Amino acid sequence: MDRPKVVKYTPPECVEDYPLGAFQAGHLVQKNAGWRVFRPVIDHDKCIGCLRCFLVCPDGVIDKSGEKLEIDYDFCKGCGVCAYECKVNAIRMVKEGEEADE
Amino acid sequence: MSKKIFVSGDEAVAEAVRLAKPHVISAYPITPQTVAVERISDFVEDGTLKAEYLHVESEHSAMSAAMGAAAVGARTFTATSSQGLLYMSEVLPYVSGARFPIVMMNANRTLATPWALLSDHRDSLSQLDSGWIQVYCEDAQETLDMILQAYRISEDPRVMAPMMVNLDGFVLTHTYEMVELPAQAEVDAFLPAYTTINRMDLDDPKTVCYAAMNDYMEFHMKQELDMRKVPSVIEEVDRLYGDKFGRYYDGMVEQYLCDDAEVVLVTLGSVTGTARVVVDAMRKEGHKVGLVKLRYMRPFPREEILDIASRVRAIGVLDKDISVGYEGIVFTNVNSTVADLETSPGRINFIGGLGGRNISKENTRGMFNELLELARGEKKEKIQFVNARCEYHG
Ligand code: SF4
Ligand code: SF4
Repeated sequence: MDRPKVVKYTPPECVEDYPLGAFQAGHLVQKNAGWRVFRPVIDHDKCIGCLRCFLVCPDGVIDKSGEKLEIDYDFCKGCGVCAYECKVNAIRMVKEGEEADE
Repeated sequence: MSKKIFVSGDEAVAEAVRLAKPHVISAYPITPQTVAVERISDFVEDGTLKAEYLHVESEHSAMSAAMGAAAVGARTFTATSSQGLLYMSEVLPYVSGARFPIVMMNANRTLATPWALLSDHRDSLSQLDSGWIQVYCEDAQETLDMILQAYRISEDPRVMAPMMVNLDGFVLTHTYEMVELPAQAEVDAFLPAYTTINRMDLDDPKTVCYAAMNDYMEFHMKQELDMRKVPSVIEEVDRLYGDKFGRYYDGMVEQYLCDDAEVVLVTLGSVTGTARVVVDAMRKEGHKVGLVKLRYMRPFPREEILDIASRVRAIGVLDKDISVGYEGIVFTNVNSTVADLETSPGRINFIGGLGGRNISKENTRGMFNELLELARGEKKEKIQFVNARCEYHG
């Protein structure tokens, strides 16, 4: 996935150096998934590749560049929209800390 | 060539907006601003203003839509008044914090309740802390000129702050006067097309209106430090405008016969016109009175007020508002500046014009007399209501 790399954040040395309004997009300074309670798990045997989940994911964390869809768990917030929208029930929400039973 | 037109204050605003050529106008009508947005709507309809006019469903949406348009780099305009300004107040710090140079007309009208439709300054003064530049106009000509100046000031890369151009409801919005309308070519030369890096851009993706949890304070320190430099930009733009169009407004504050004045009265907006006439009359009678037309409330003209206060024996501040439980808001601002002097002049806060109550020449003369007596050492009430219908007991 060609997501920007997380970079170390160093605050500007002086107030003048803070951005005026807009700032470069995709400047990631931390992973952001700590609040996830359920994680989406794709059953690739069931998946028909319709890309509906890819389109609806509000965080843009479903990667379609490989052979199979891949979810970036460093940024998926576990909202479950993908699982809800999948028409063939290929995505299950699994509680964090519990194994997805195959 | 400029030309003379006979218009109301609202129409003067509309003419100025047409000259400024915003890309997007989003506004919701409210008396006494309605005629301004109707005229602008006409201009868009007849093609003399090539802009997108968004007929939104509320003031909250008007400001939100203007912000969205500003976020893609558009020059924007909106207008409101009174309850409408308060309804959009949630969005005002969004706009100023994100540094979008939106220009807004506000037709000063009082706040409910009790209901009254006429003009005072309770609406705009309640929004002093919103991060917007605030200017107050004395007549329709100044309003037209200030709409044009507002774009130049707010869009200046050193400023990047939204600006509210205030004119008194009805007194200015609905009365007619001869106004000089600058020629389009001249305005185009004064007001170059708006360009900014502060916008969404597919080729150079940016994030706007982001969260800055741990840096929030520094963002606002930057906003404050930038705002402190705005008075010099205001002076610069005023000179530039005057050189081009022949009308100068003296930047932050106009001092009328203040050089040798013993007492001065501080006014905002259209009531300045009445006070000017009274000062002229009293000068003829030998009284050393002067007038301080406070043009900007934000940024506040600290330097000018300090300079004036150090020279006079008494200052009166005429507030068309009251912060219930304390005093007039303009008075509080003037007072905190004057407190920096080692010996400060006497001060009286005159509260008048609430709900559009008339402030006559006689009332104004009464205020000057109070100030002259204070300067002579007489004791005076610090807060006085002007032209009340009955006695009151503080
Ligand atoms: S919505 Fe379901 S079927 Fe469609 S691509 Fe996503 S997982 Fe596969
Ligand atoms: S759970 Fe939500 S954030 Fe995570 S992949 Fe699905 S839609 Fe995206």
